[in-house]
Amino acid sequence: MTPSVRRVAVIGGNRIPFARSNGPYAHASNSDMLAAALDGLIERYNLQGEKIGEMAAGAVLKHPRDRDLTREVVLGSKLAPETPAFDVQQACGTGLEAVILIANKIALGQIDSGIAGGVDTTSDAPLALNDDLREILLDANRTPDTAGRLKLLTRLRPGMVVPAIPANEEPRTGLSMGEHCAIMASEWGITREAQDALTIRSHDHLAAAYDRGWQDDLMTSYLGLERDQNLRPGSTLEKLGKLKPVFGGPEGTMTAANSTPLSDGASTVLLASEEWAKARNLPILAYITESQTAAVDFVHKREGLLMAPAYAMPTMLDRAGLTLQDFDVYEIHEAFAAQVLCTLAAWEDPVFCKERLGRDKPLGSIDTEKMNINGGSLAAGHPFAATGGRIVAGLAKELSDRGSGRGVISICAAAGQGVVAILESAGGAK
Amino acid sequence: MSQDLYTQIVNSPPGGFIAKRVGLPQPTTLDRYRPGQPLVSGTVLVGAAPGGRLAGAIAATLAAANAEVATTLDADLRSAAADAGLDASVFNPEAGGDRRFKALVFDATGISDSTELVELQKFFHPSVRKVQSSGRVVVLGTPPEDTKTPREHTAQRALEGFTRSLGKEIGKGSTVQLVYVAPGAEDLIGSTLRFFVSPKSAYVSGQVARVSAGLPVPADIDWEKPLAGKTALVTGASRGIGEAIIETLARDGANVVGLDIPQLGEDLKKVTDRLDGEAIELDITSDDAPKVIADFFKGRGVDIVVHNAGVTRDRTLAKMPEDRWQSVLDINLSSEERINDALLKAKAINAGGRIIGVSSMAGIAGNRGQTNYATSKAGVIGMVQSMAPVLAKSDITINAVAPGFIETQMTAAMPIAVREPGRRLNSMNQGGLPIDVAETIAWFASSGSTGLTGNVVRVCGQMLLGA
Repeated sequence: MTPSVRRVAVIGGNRIPFARSNGPYAHASNSDMLAAALDGLIERYNLQGEKIGEMAAGAVLKHPRDRDLTREVVLGSKLAPETPAFDVQQACGTGLEAVILIANKIALGQIDSGIAGGVDTTSDAPLALNDDLREILLDANRTPDTAGRLKLLTRLRPGMVVPAIPANEEPRTGLSMGEHCAIMASEWGITREAQDALTIRSHDHLAAAYDRGWQDDLMTSYLGLERDQNLRPGSTLEKLGKLKPVFGGPEGTMTAANSTPLSDGASTVLLASEEWAKARNLPILAYITESQTAAVDFVHKREGLLMAPAYAMPTMLDRAGLTLQDFDVYEIHEAFAAQVLCTLAAWEDPVFCKERLGRDKPLGSIDTEKMNINGGSLAAGHPFAATGGRIVAGLAKELSDRGSGRGVISICAAAGQGVVAILESAGGAK
Repeated sequence: MSQDLYTQIVNSPPGGFIAKRVGLPQPTTLDRYRPGQPLVSGTVLVGAAPGGRLAGAIAATLAAANAEVATTLDADLRSAAADAGLDASVFNPEAGGDRRFKALVFDATGISDSTELVELQKFFHPSVRKVQSSGRVVVLGTPPEDTKTPREHTAQRALEGFTRSLGKEIGKGSTVQLVYVAPGAEDLIGSTLRFFVSPKSAYVSGQVARVSAGLPVPADIDWEKPLAGKTALVTGASRGIGEAIIETLARDGANVVGLDIPQLGEDLKKVTDRLDGEAIELDITSDDAPKVIADFFKGRGVDIVVHNAGVTRDRTLAKMPEDRWQSVLDINLSSEERINDALLKAKAINAGGRIIGVSSMAGIAGNRGQTNYATSKAGVIGMVQSMAPVLAKSDITINAVAPGFIETQMTAAMPIAVREPGRRLNSMNQGGLPIDVAETIAWFASSGSTGLTGNVVRVCGQMLLGA
């Protein structure tokens, strides 16, 4: 029996301002931050004591002790303790993937309400025991007699005090995400100037959104931070042009400004069936109507590490019967300005669209005036798993403000993955 | 014959160190083709002046060759690549990145006025430094005589000055060619573009080749064996350059017939036996030689005739007796004309046939003590030019190579004062190898080279002498 599918409403979201690594949130843990974001959401939508259908959230950098992080956060919150929860991990796609997982359960009628979220800290990073030391200790644990254990101690070396530090690099290529993106930027001919221009725009749009109070019902201040710490409006091409490249060698085009900084933060989104929302007199900002994930082979076929959204998008568009131009708002996650520009270039390119996507015609260009209109990750910062929730809540609010229209989200993720989704205004797609 | 001793020394770490300090020429060890290897071991960057007409043909050739390709951000090139099934990346010099290219291919056919020649600077200025060693540069233009306006004629003629100069400054064993493609011959550029971007053209640089209208290229051509099913005759095949030629044609799939004088019969037999070929022991200057050869191929036909046999009998003209003069002229030129005539009269050369002569740098630039030899070799050029239109009626092409300093037993025996300048005074700072001449001949012979006739291409590493 095919289950019937219900419309999935986005009620709203809440996040804490994003901080730069080792900034104000240096001593906040993932569970602290996720709890703070969730508390704000509970307060905003009066969910105290409410038994929510399920909560899904995740973190990319996670301590081993944070087993079932999300369930523990729920237990510490004012939600009913009978609210089940599970953890998700899909690199920078974690937040949006959590939204999709909850949305699908609602669509299928398995739950009536759900919360999706994500959190990450690059300050309170998990340091693991040195791997050689770990093996000796485990061997010792397996050795029954004391003499045998003492013998194992002779294997100890001074170097083993150095812990295993999580590295921001792809295990299969040894290159950082930035180095991978620098290769993409070169292969797609993306200039420094174009990246810097996108960066300036991102900061200016986010600052404008804060200034007009647009962010007020999307945020809860945390540890003294009221706006995203990374936000620096009013920069110029001249100023950004002075920065030295950080990826792609001395001739590279990627700088600390046009790449997202390591950041800390958390976000949550409340999703529900229409009936559940109406029963509680909660607003519906938008509906989630489509989503898609894709992955690319960046190891053997040498596709760009962050190009998967370019593949996910046409699959989703075809299923939805839409073209790339059928949107009023585009939310393309700015992991790096170059990633956004490479994605746009690929959709416009006849070679990519024919040879890689197998399409007769390019997807075409978009009106970039409609893209990331309330700022993007370059300005807000990018606590990996928290970005999806920030974008979904912001896009839903924008579509609600407009009264009608359709928006699309595109998020690239490490390990060659990408997640995309479509939201439609509660007032209709037009 | 491998590298000369000097090249070996300067390519060793201590030798290279000393040569660099003292400012001695530092010849690069040139890449050379080995069967089964990719056509280009690296990325081919394709650019174009706006309005060019070769984007499709270039993309199709490189796609069929499975080459790794990048293009400039040019809408025509991107569309052409997509149509050809060529998964090409983008190169924008302003986008940075450590990009390296093995070959640069530029379609200059869109240049119709001298003011547009700046397109050459725009494309090559940022890309030329990114060319790897043994790199390849190919500029494609329109033959000046086939242009529509005087301005276009002038601009297209100007390309030659660019390629010849770039060849002299690019270094690192890289080569630069100009290929004039006649309107209507776009689909015939395949064999030529392949040859010039590949290591097969290791010792050919600063050359101008013309692709003109001809028979269509066979659709089922096997580029690894472009001579499959063809029969090739090579004169002077027992050793040296001739041996390299016959081996290369056999490698490319031809059934080979070697010819040499009876005194070298034993050597010849060894070569042809090794290649599963046939041997003809014959003095080509003998009275019955044309008939013997024509009879040999009568009925079965021959597809490729390579007139390689040649001799030198050097003397300054003041000391040159008639027999010395005459034997050189007879072996190097007149006998070739007689053999061609006999084969044509017997209709022994198949349609789509190829006649390939071996001229010489001496025939182009002249050489002291070689009035007889240079006359005969300039005559080979004359033969190519005079016969090309005649043979075109029978769908037969005729071309010639003009070797410069090639490392053979003959050049090894030269006195050092003559040998070393000959070896070094070229853009490669080294002599060529017999295989370099053979590869060039195999390019003319290829079943894909239907649009090549009347060409004389030097295999000289762009020797400083001669135009």
